[in-house]
Amino acid sequence: MTNSFKLMQGNEACVEGAIAAGMKFYAGYPITPSTEIAELCSEKLPVVGGKFIQMEDEIAGMAAVIGASLTGQKSMTATSGPGFSLKQENIGYASYAEIPCVIVNVQRGGPSTGQPTSPSQGDVMQARWGTHGDHPIIAICPSSVKETFDLTIRAFNLSEKYRIPVILLMDEVVGHMREKIELPDIADIEIIDRKRPNCDSDEYLPYKAEADLVPLMADFGAGYRYHVTGLAHDETGFPSNSYEVADKLIRRLMNKIEIHKDDIITWEEENIDDADVLIIAFGGVARSAKAAIKQLRENGIKVGLFRPITIWPFPQERLRELADKVKVMIVVEMNLGQLILEVQRICNNIVKIDGVNKVNGEIIYPEEIVTKVLEVI
Amino acid sequence: MRKYEIRLSGSGGQGLLLAGIILAEAAIEDGLNAVQTQSYGPEARGGASKSEVIISEDIIDFPKVRNCDILLSLTQKSYEQYNDNLKDDGILIIDSSVNVNTSSNSKIFSIPMLDAASKILGKPMVTNIIAIGALVALTEAVSKEALTRAVLKRVPKGTEELNKKALELGYEIAGKAII
Repeated sequence: MTNSFKLMQGNEACVEGAIAAGMKFYAGYPITPSTEIAELCSEKLPVVGGKFIQMEDEIAGMAAVIGASLTGQKSMTATSGPGFSLKQENIGYASYAEIPCVIVNVQRGGPSTGQPTSPSQGDVMQARWGTHGDHPIIAICPSSVKETFDLTIRAFNLSEKYRIPVILLMDEVVGHMREKIELPDIADIEIIDRKRPNCDSDEYLPYKAEADLVPLMADFGAGYRYHVTGLAHDETGFPSNSYEVADKLIRRLMNKIEIHKDDIITWEEENIDDADVLIIAFGGVARSAKAAIKQLRENGIKVGLFRPITIWPFPQERLRELADKVKVMIVVEMNLGQLILEVQRICNNIVKIDGVNKVNGEIIYPEEIVTKVLEVI
Repeated sequence: MRKYEIRLSGSGGQGLLLAGIILAEAAIEDGLNAVQTQSYGPEARGGASKSEVIISEDIIDFPKVRNCDILLSLTQKSYEQYNDNLKDDGILIIDSSVNVNTSSNSKIFSIPMLDAASKILGKPMVTNIIAIGALVALTEAVSKEALTRAVLKRVPKGTEELNKKALELGYEIAGKAII
């Protein structure tokens, strides 16, 4: 190559990002359209002193990731719809037992085995509420190959910082697309590691939160003996039947994310200042929205883009502000209306809200967004 | 402003995905932006498959082909399935085995790419390289130097000479193409 740019696939950028973030363990069961992630991890992890295991199924893949993370290794798994469903129970476990890990879901057409090679964004609500019970979760959505690299690192950083499973919610468009990318110098990348205890092992309380509501995490095998469970537990990590303990734990877990949401939530805005129409789009479809906005702006129509990068927790304060500035919001998504529910919750009765939706396995074309905008203005 | 929307179509297993990757890498080498996407059915071989490349001096937002400037079709089935948004003044490059019935103003080049691979080089697997050689010869979408380097970077070790020959053959038969 005569320049430092290279052509890279989204799934490949995810693996490059994970390695840059310090991933040392991957377990999973390959599934289209995420398979390249497993393939590349099997090649690259042994080279950096890590381990790759192909498990018997997605449930076991998630379980192994939790176990590896408990030993102090940054761990990841990747899957798509059917596998994401199988991982849910253990995602709940990781959320409740506060085990940092990254789960990549390269969304394909569903439900069930659906359309394996086709894009979809049908797992928006599953990413939030796929596992049972009140629980915190972070889900972030890249819309380019470069952003997949950056957000995979961010997913690891957030998971380590807040001891939480982070879902990198990709889609087939971004996962399989190849585009020009220039990787940053590794030395310029911010890497965050979980905070570990340095107290005497007898004094260690594995679930006693620090001021930031995140407990210190000891590596299994490092001399701190402690208990991890999916049952309601007190600061020692042992199960508890106390109402007070259960209430305090769940509230702390939810607050742990709530009080740090300014650090967690990111979004992109484009052409907002004079916009009458706000297009809300994320992931691969945000690119359709950008192309549509260019086309509409050339015709003098004032359209802007709001692209949530963090979709859970949703950037609701900023969207609420924008509701006072625009006349119409159009939520564009490759499902029959999931993120729009969140937009309606926040902005109903303030602006008109409409959607562009598609579930045939094809990306939404810019022209479909243009048609909708012309119809509503 | 220079922008090409290119669609390579054929049967799964003909190597068009790799051909698309090579074209995109050649474009990057030429200092341009490039996005490559693919679409295929669940089958590993056969069926109709397409690989799309957009090459532009500008940022590429939408990654799929909408107004196709260049369509390559190696099989009848893939031509029929994927010729829908070829521009009126677009360029259609087909294998000689493909029959086209069109009243559009597209420039049509019928080239014996499959035959050249199997009969001249005795290696059907280099059809994809012959095809991109022909495509670039006819369209100058990327420079020949960048294309050659991109081909050599991507093909398996030990097949460099064969693939160089295939590329040259693509250029050569494109020159004799029947319009």
